[in-house]
Amino acid sequence: MWYFQSPQIVYGESALSHLSQISGQKAFLVSDHTLERLGLVEKIRSLLQENHFQVETYLDVESDPSVVIVEQGAQKMIQFEPDWIIALGGGSVMDATKAMWVLYERPDIDPVAISPVEPLYLRKKARMIAIPTTAGTGSEATWAIVLSDRDTHQKLGLGNRECIPDLAILDPELIVNLPPRITADTGLDALTHAIEGYTSAWHNDFSDGLCLQAIRLIFSYLPRAYHNGKDLEAREHMQNAATIAGLGFGNAMAALAHGMGHALGARFNIPHGRAVALFLPYTMAYYANGGVESRYREIAQILGGTFTTDQEAVRWLIDKIRDLETEVGQPLSISELGIEEKTFEDDLDNLVSFALNDSQTLMGIRIPDTDELTRLFRVTYHGKDVSF
Amino acid sequence: MSIPFPSDQWIKAMMEDLNQSASYEEAAKNWEGDFVFVIEPGGKLEKTVLLYMDLWHGKCRNAYEIPEGETVKSAFRLSGPVSVWKKVMTKQLDPMQAMMTGQLKLTGNMAMVMRNVRAAKELVESCTRIPTEFPL
Repeated sequence: MWYFQSPQIVYGESALSHLSQISGQKAFLVSDHTLERLGLVEKIRSLLQENHFQVETYLDVESDPSVVIVEQGAQKMIQFEPDWIIALGGGSVMDATKAMWVLYERPDIDPVAISPVEPLYLRKKARMIAIPTTAGTGSEATWAIVLSDRDTHQKLGLGNRECIPDLAILDPELIVNLPPRITADTGLDALTHAIEGYTSAWHNDFSDGLCLQAIRLIFSYLPRAYHNGKDLEAREHMQNAATIAGLGFGNAMAALAHGMGHALGARFNIPHGRAVALFLPYTMAYYANGGVESRYREIAQILGGTFTTDQEAVRWLIDKIRDLETEVGQPLSISELGIEEKTFEDDLDNLVSFALNDSQTLMGIRIPDTDELTRLFRVTYHGKDVSF
Repeated sequence: MSIPFPSDQWIKAMMEDLNQSASYEEAAKNWEGDFVFVIEPGGKLEKTVLLYMDLWHGKCRNAYEIPEGETVKSAFRLSGPVSVWKKVMTKQLDPMQAMMTGQLKLTGNMAMVMRNVRAAKELVESCTRIPTEFPL
């Protein structure tokens, strides 16, 4: 027994105009100050006001949002009493909004206790719309929530099936001005979602096709979107790919690259997509050494490769990912992030401990112990091959 | 030799297994909270059986079958039919999926659970290591 969760998805040119078709009275818009400066917050506010909505905003969401921010936003939400909650932004805004929504509906819940095993009974007060302004996180199509603990510098993987947005609006106009660096980071985040979703322990018939299609789209369109942000066809396909990958991994879970990426990102303040994509080729090699080669061979084949052995296919696929990462200016090792070796070694125990306790680490087809994970971090630091 | 489940003998065997597991000790080093496992009837099991475990910082300090008619207050409670317990313990059903689909119901401090997911995983791993005879 399992479930397939998906929001209603409105996509393509002028998708934002769908906001004129929703019915309600009060909309609470969550975003950040960068998007306010870019005029996107005002654009959404105007569309809602034209549809006779009373609008309140909360714009203090930070990158890797903390529990404190969530509690502040939820408090404002409780005072305003909206019937629609709208997240406009990247993964941080969308994840924070989901958590605020939970606290608005269930003020009795501790945000770090939002778990997938207890019913929340959401949607008694409001429904949620996610409007992504990056193409990668997939948060608009998942129920996952990642919050940061500022005291321990740990990312907390939370969530509940009920936390999936009711509606996701994908309008390519919102991402056309995304800088190349963010285009690369977020696009590779989507690739990591799709590959880990296809090979996770929970992959299934419903998620498999979504993951494969997302992988195909990302290899075709990420370089174009990176080199020419005004390429609207590439932007639109990347936006779709990110949401498709979100649906794929959101219904199958991610794996070790996310567990390690969360730990590194939180400890060294590395953007989420850059961190998880950095680990992807290494964790793939680790999984392949543990017997998941045939799944990687299927991915390699849909990308056009022909092989005589699974091992050959894995090698080819890892090289292809590294070629893509190189083309979009991505670091291939932890040392290339500019982290000094001593600093890295001094924090290695924390990195290992946080990654071992990350829920995504436990979703992989092979679960490392402390020793293996320590070795895997060191191999990734130096950019060496994974032989175990 | 297989040990009947659920029984006092079985939960004590699990206590012994946990206390010998270095990986559980490491994963659960921050865990504080006792458990009651509620095994609901099915097959030859005619009555609900309650098994108690006192889990504290990577060790199990006590474990026993709660005598019929007695109640024990615990920090966590995991409940489900014996048929579902069997599926989890024989690795036919992922424990997290069992909880997410309501086949097993977990109550207690979820913040503790979400910060110690590996400890929960190691706890279930221990169950699968006990040679078990099911009443099904």
